[in-house]
Amino acid sequence: MTVLEVTHLSKAFGGLQAVADVSFTLAAGELLALIGPNGAGKSTCFNLLNGQLKPDSGTVRFEGRDITGLKPRQIWRLGIGRTFQITATFASMTVRENVQMALLSYHRQLAQFWRPASTFHREEADKLLAQVGMLDQADRACGVLAYGDLKRVELAVALANAPRLLLMDEPTAGMAPKERVELMALTREVVRQRNIAVLFTEHDMDVVFGHADRIIVLNRGRLIAQGRPEDVRADPRVQEIYLGAGGYA
Amino acid sequence: MKIRRRDFIAGAAATAALAGAPAIVRAQSATIKIGEINSYTTIPAFTLPYRNGWQLAVEEINAAGGVLGRKLEVISRDDAGKPEDAVRLAGELVNNEKVVLLAGTFLSHVGLAVSDYARQNKVYFMAAEPLSDAVTWAQGHKYCFRLRPSTYMQAAMLAEEAAKLPVKRWATVSPNYEYGQSAVKWFKELVQKKRPDVQFVAEQWPALGRIDAGATVQAIAQANPEGIFNVTFGPDLTNFVRQGNTRGLFEGRVVVSMLTGEPEYLDPLGDETPEGWIVTGYPWDQIDTPVHKAFREAYQKKFNDYPRVGSVVGYETFKSIAAAIKKAGSTDTEALIAASRGLVVDGVFGPYTFRAIDHQATLGAYVGKTALKNGRGVMVDWRYADGKDYLPPDDVVRQMRPDTT
Amino acid sequence: MDFVVAQFLTGLASASSLFLVASGLSIIFGVSRIVNFAHGSFYMLGAYLGWTFVTNLPYGHLGFWGGVLAATVAVGLIGVAIEIVLLRRIYAAPELFQLLATFGVVLVVQDLTLAIWGPQDLLGPRAPGLRGAVEILGQRFPRYELLLIVVGPVVLGLLWLLFHRTRWGTLVRAATQDREMVGALGVDQKLLFTSVFFLGACLAGLGGALQLPREPVTLAMDLSIIADAFVVVVVGGMGSIAGAYLAALLIAELQAFMLVAPPFTVLGIEIVLSKMTLIPSFIVMAVVLIVRPYGLLGRPMAHARAVTGMIEPVVRPAPRELKLVGLATLAVLLLAPLAAGDYGLIVLTEIVIFVLFAASLHFIMGPGGMVSFGHAAYFGLGAYGAALAVKHFAAPMSVALILAPLAAGLGGVLFGWFVVRLSGVYLAMLTLAFAQIVWSIAFQWVEVTGGDNGILGVWPAEWASNAYAFYYLALVLCVAGALLLRRIIYAPLGYALRAGRDSPLRAEAIGIPVARIQWAAFTCAALFAGLAGGLFAFSKGSVFPTYVSIPRSVDALMMVLLGGVQTISGPIVGAIVYAGLHEQLSRLTDYWRLILGLAIIVLVLAFPQGIAGAAQRWWYRGKGEVA
Repeated sequence: MTVLEVTHLSKAFGGLQAVADVSFTLAAGELLALIGPNGAGKSTCFNLLNGQLKPDSGTVRFEGRDITGLKPRQIWRLGIGRTFQITATFASMTVRENVQMALLSYHRQLAQFWRPASTFHREEADKLLAQVGMLDQADRACGVLAYGDLKRVELAVALANAPRLLLMDEPTAGMAPKERVELMALTREVVRQRNIAVLFTEHDMDVVFGHADRIIVLNRGRLIAQGRPEDVRADPRVQEIYLGAGGYA
Repeated sequence: MKIRRRDFIAGAAATAALAGAPAIVRAQSATIKIGEINSYTTIPAFTLPYRNGWQLAVEEINAAGGVLGRKLEVISRDDAGKPEDAVRLAGELVNNEKVVLLAGTFLSHVGLAVSDYARQNKVYFMAAEPLSDAVTWAQGHKYCFRLRPSTYMQAAMLAEEAAKLPVKRWATVSPNYEYGQSAVKWFKELVQKKRPDVQFVAEQWPALGRIDAGATVQAIAQANPEGIFNVTFGPDLTNFVRQGNTRGLFEGRVVVSMLTGEPEYLDPLGDETPEGWIVTGYPWDQIDTPVHKAFREAYQKKFNDYPRVGSVVGYETFKSIAAAIKKAGSTDTEALIAASRGLVVDGVFGPYTFRAIDHQATLGAYVGKTALKNGRGVMVDWRYADGKDYLPPDDVVRQMRPDTT
Repeated sequence: MDFVVAQFLTGLASASSLFLVASGLSIIFGVSRIVNFAHGSFYMLGAYLGWTFVTNLPYGHLGFWGGVLAATVAVGLIGVAIEIVLLRRIYAAPELFQLLATFGVVLVVQDLTLAIWGPQDLLGPRAPGLRGAVEILGQRFPRYELLLIVVGPVVLGLLWLLFHRTRWGTLVRAATQDREMVGALGVDQKLLFTSVFFLGACLAGLGGALQLPREPVTLAMDLSIIADAFVVVVVGGMGSIAGAYLAALLIAELQAFMLVAPPFTVLGIEIVLSKMTLIPSFIVMAVVLIVRPYGLLGRPMAHARAVTGMIEPVVRPAPRELKLVGLATLAVLLLAPLAAGDYGLIVLTEIVIFVLFAASLHFIMGPGGMVSFGHAAYFGLGAYGAALAVKHFAAPMSVALILAPLAAGLGGVLFGWFVVRLSGVYLAMLTLAFAQIVWSIAFQWVEVTGGDNGILGVWPAEWASNAYAFYYLALVLCVAGALLLRRIIYAPLGYALRAGRDSPLRAEAIGIPVARIQWAAFTCAALFAGLAGGLFAFSKGSVFPTYVSIPRSVDALMMVLLGGVQTISGPIVGAIVYAGLHEQLSRLTDYWRLILGLAIIVLVLAFPQGIAGAAQRWWYRGKGEVA
């Protein structure tokens, strides 16, 4: 089943064509990696999908519905979760409260002003935290967590609205190699269980080729290759970008 | 001689320690406590001479044995220019210090706030300096008396002079708040009553304390009036005068100006004092009546400074209070009110009366012209305008004063 | 035509004066992110020192220009001293905490100036050779004003050269963009900050000294310039010097031409622009900020919070011990009338009202991250709402006390809609603009509000007219209000508000409508401030424009900062300490401003997280927990 369908997406900044005529699809339960050298348009493409930016042309469809140009929070409400490249958690809240916050929003309970927030959806939050292996740290402040742990919390937050699609912007950036593998293994497991479609960008080729079901490659805003990891790896154009330029540093 | 609460408490405590509790009782019955509130930190240029004035008065009264055989004791407070603080302090003075009456205030809104407190709590209040007509008219009431000539009275003194001039085209410049608005309103009304032929061709309303003097002067000049009625004072006035002098606004034009002859406002103008302005004020160095001379000398001796209008107001306020207590024969509020109605006081400007009809004192002001002498501004050709001649007829006053109790 | 030219030139001269002060403020803010409240004090000191150097040295004097130069440098050095002794120690404190410190400096300088130069206005000397006027198109125009017209652009040019042609200037510009980067480049940040402070203070001093031939030197110069300077800086764009000049020009010309605009009628209401001299600059600021959220030439800057490197502490439920302390305090307040006496009750009533007022400001400042410089607007709207209901509709107290929060809430809905679109200092300045607009309406619309003479006779109903009854009424309403606000902070709404503050990006990405939540919170804070204002009106019996004035807003700000913006009990502690100190000191001594200022400075240095914040840290440290 196709979850995400992107057709002819374009976006320019001034004279720079950041994303040009990009089309691809993503199915439920599939892990799709979006790769490309620096400045290829990955981040712009991501921000067009999550609502941070509005495309100049083209459409984005989620489960058949046109979501082009909707605001981030509207897109989230439809069932699209998101993690950030640089972790964005609520520093003045505990780990559990971060998840509870997302759950409160999901259940449309933000206007409640009487009952303490900490009493809402506690079990559900703990279940999510257990799933990402953070339950033992549920009462710690987010501001003092190790980076890898924050990424896990982000994942738990992103799962709070029971998303059918997860957009992960460099989920393992800034992590040690061992942590990266663990996090991607965790992501993969969660995604399989819940049959979620995942689109992620990544710099680490080990992570990409080790975990993605399929890969799409952007260069200078254009989609130049897509397919299974082994096909993409063998694609001369991709090799040219990555190896011809001296390989990925 | 600064009398403050802590000093008093320290004194009382020491007395108590020496002589035991009965001493306090004796000390309290021995003095008449008067609560005093003014904006000492906000407008020190006006309130510090005022404080000197009342301190001199209290010293003189006490040196002569006090009133009713008891000495006056003043407990003074700084309201920081905020009416809400003044109301709180009024409560403190009345409830904690058990003062028999309240006195003071300079700013109209602070005066009105304390006056309203006095009405609500049935406390006698002698408003010293606030000019607003509302103090004795629209918001006037049984418990409040006012010493200084009001906005109306000062405007009337100048309107009288202005009506004699051959001027037909007037412009006004006035700070945009209640005092400025009232002054312009009365001046217009009174001048036009006597001279239906005059026109008011321009009005400038700079914000209080923030005059854009160059632009204001230019705008007045543009209307080309023959006469200018000025109500600005303090820094606004200095700015206005400087820009006006340089830009030639005052050349060939008559200027009639509220309060500008008061040393508080005249002295800062220094050698730039414009000549020939018709003003109300206080020529402190030239009034040589024996009473005033004695006052001036005593003041200069005590403070090594010359008296300002504020000094006279402070002095007269406490002389009036003493006279009222003496006449009442007690410090009971009702008795004080009865005594104050029609009370005649022999002041340094001459005798004045607290009118029974509106509790306004008929203290006057000096009307004259400004001149430059030895690099500073002085008043010349002045005369004393007795306040009793510059108040509206009684039936008009009754209409303006709804509270007839 | 000739008249228009003269008016335009006059506007240019005023623009230069404004620009000199504003540029220094802008430079200091750009680099250090300090909202320097003491900048007006520097300006005033420049004028006073200039007066002394030019005319009144014990042995001879320095001549006009020598005196102006000496005053400029002297004020710069005073600025350096303040930076080194005071501000340098608290750069790591939460955003805007330095504001509190500079406010302490303002108070100290006010009293020192009075003590040194005395109360009377001083007449500055005219500049040699520039005393008279020149004829321009038949209009006489002062020579000195011509000089001022030139000074503004010259200083602007010199600053531009300094910033674009020297290494120091490059560093300053880099620091304005990104402070951390400059640190990473191995530049001595301390020296950079101190030198920037020197330059900024010099400009303020120069601005003050150059006023000598125009204005008398007065004790009110500091506060009369500071609001205008802030407006200019914000309209121009914080940190943008050219923007500051543009804004100064815009505002000065607008004011110059408003004075001569003929009256006109809109919707049957006669508008006399020449009478509305108080608001134009604030209306300009509001309009500019609504259209351009970072000012005319400003650019979005890195969020100041990130720069301080402080992590917001986790808000945890109050420990049992704190709840006990709270209950004990409440018990003391309930039993206080037994011992307090009438005056004690008056003071206590005032304090409980301020507790609610401060708590309402804290609600948007702490959890909301929205600093308001104009919270008095809602306090005042509440007070005026109640007073107008009593005066014009003869409403009983109970009805007026319901109308008070509603009036303020309405103001909150209206102003909040614009305010939440901005952030940081821009947001704060927009709140100030709205507050000043409300203030000038209260001050100048005499027919309705009574102008500065206010509205009298707003006394409580018969049953609440004695001090005891009114105290309990105020206590019940204010404690209930403060507890309700606390409840909201711990409820989902408060959490959502905090989420929007911690990470707007993440909040939007989990479906939280951040602006709408902030709007609701702003309205809520306005409601409670309005209730406090209504109670205050009845406790005083009258209402005045001072209730809406900048000092009232500053008081609330001081209470919140002093108590600690990051702790929920902060505003309560702050209100009690600040109001209590003020009440005690003002009766104790004439120099209460000096002592209060010093007390604030000491508290700032001792408790950079505020008093309650410090207590909280101490508590958790004692427990070995991470706050």
